[in-house]
Amino acid sequence: MRVRILVSFKDSVLDPQGQTVKNALHTMGYAAVRDVRQGKVFEIELDKMTMKEAEALLAEIAHKVLANPIIEKYTWEFIKGPAGK
Amino acid sequence: MTMRFGVVQFPGSNCDFDTFHVLKNVLKQDTVMLWHKDHDLQEVNCVVLPGGFSYGDYLRSGAIARFSPLMKEVKAFARKGGLVLGICNGFQVLLELGLLPGAMLRNKNLKFLCQHVHIRVENERTPFTRNARAGQVLRIPIAHFDGNYYAPPRGLADIERSRQVVFRYCDAAGNVTEEANVNGSLHNIAGLMNKDGNVFGLMPHPERASEALLGSEDGRVIFESIVLSLAPRSKSKAPSAAKKARHD
Repeated sequence: MRVRILVSFKDSVLDPQGQTVKNALHTMGYAAVRDVRQGKVFEIELDKMTMKEAEALLAEIAHKVLANPIIEKYTWEFIKGPAGK
Repeated sequence: MTMRFGVVQFPGSNCDFDTFHVLKNVLKQDTVMLWHKDHDLQEVNCVVLPGGFSYGDYLRSGAIARFSPLMKEVKAFARKGGLVLGICNGFQVLLELGLLPGAMLRNKNLKFLCQHVHIRVENERTPFTRNARAGQVLRIPIAHFDGNYYAPPRGLADIERSRQVVFRYCDAAGNVTEEANVNGSLHNIAGLMNKDGNVFGLMPHPERASEALLGSEDGRVIFESIVLSLAPRSKSKAPSAAKKARHD
């Protein structure tokens, strides 16, 4: 079972890296880019378990370790295909 | 009673020996190194988390160091009122540990900042600043990528109300300005303590400004304040100083 966890800054927190990327894109002429938020991606492989168990486990590790809940939020999606692809 | 300082070493700490040197050779205090994997604080009276890049700053600055076995002891030590000082990366670890409120973001200009800054004493009634004067300006170097202090609006108001801000970035004359706020910290916060006043973190490096040879001795007042707070005759005073700061 594979999961992709996305961690990014909360909307209320300024993201200087995202802002800089946005400014660069504007400088290059991509005027249609309205906003950029930068984050982190974790691909995690889990033992076989029920979806309910997996959701509980993911919520715990995302909250405790992968994200700092003061400044970051997280979402995840289950992905298909072999590891490393 | 002899007082003893302990400097915690993580893989990636790089200000551990500077801090050890200042405590041991400049302030002439009994000082030991504490390995992060140990479970024993060796009966120290003050724990110092030094600067550096613990665990390579992987994930977030200080995020992995907080899971080191010794941190459990440090947490218990802090809960009992023991003095804990976090410098730079040590400050980041204290935030991740939840011993201090808030979090660090990347510097506003996305640059690693390595320069001397001025900071103003905002609260001199703490075990870490009792030898300083209110409004005193210290010239101390910073060296960090993630020193842009953030706390959610409510938390920030609470921090200000309880007078937990110990230092703010300022100009040479002591004015707290936006230009002096090099990393973009909310309310120019350079150093803050917990509500009980026994855990304190700051981004500037006082251990790099404790000898005239290094261009500034301004940082020494922090270490001297701690020594005074731990001195036997003032032992009963130290907690009340912290309390006073809280209720001011």
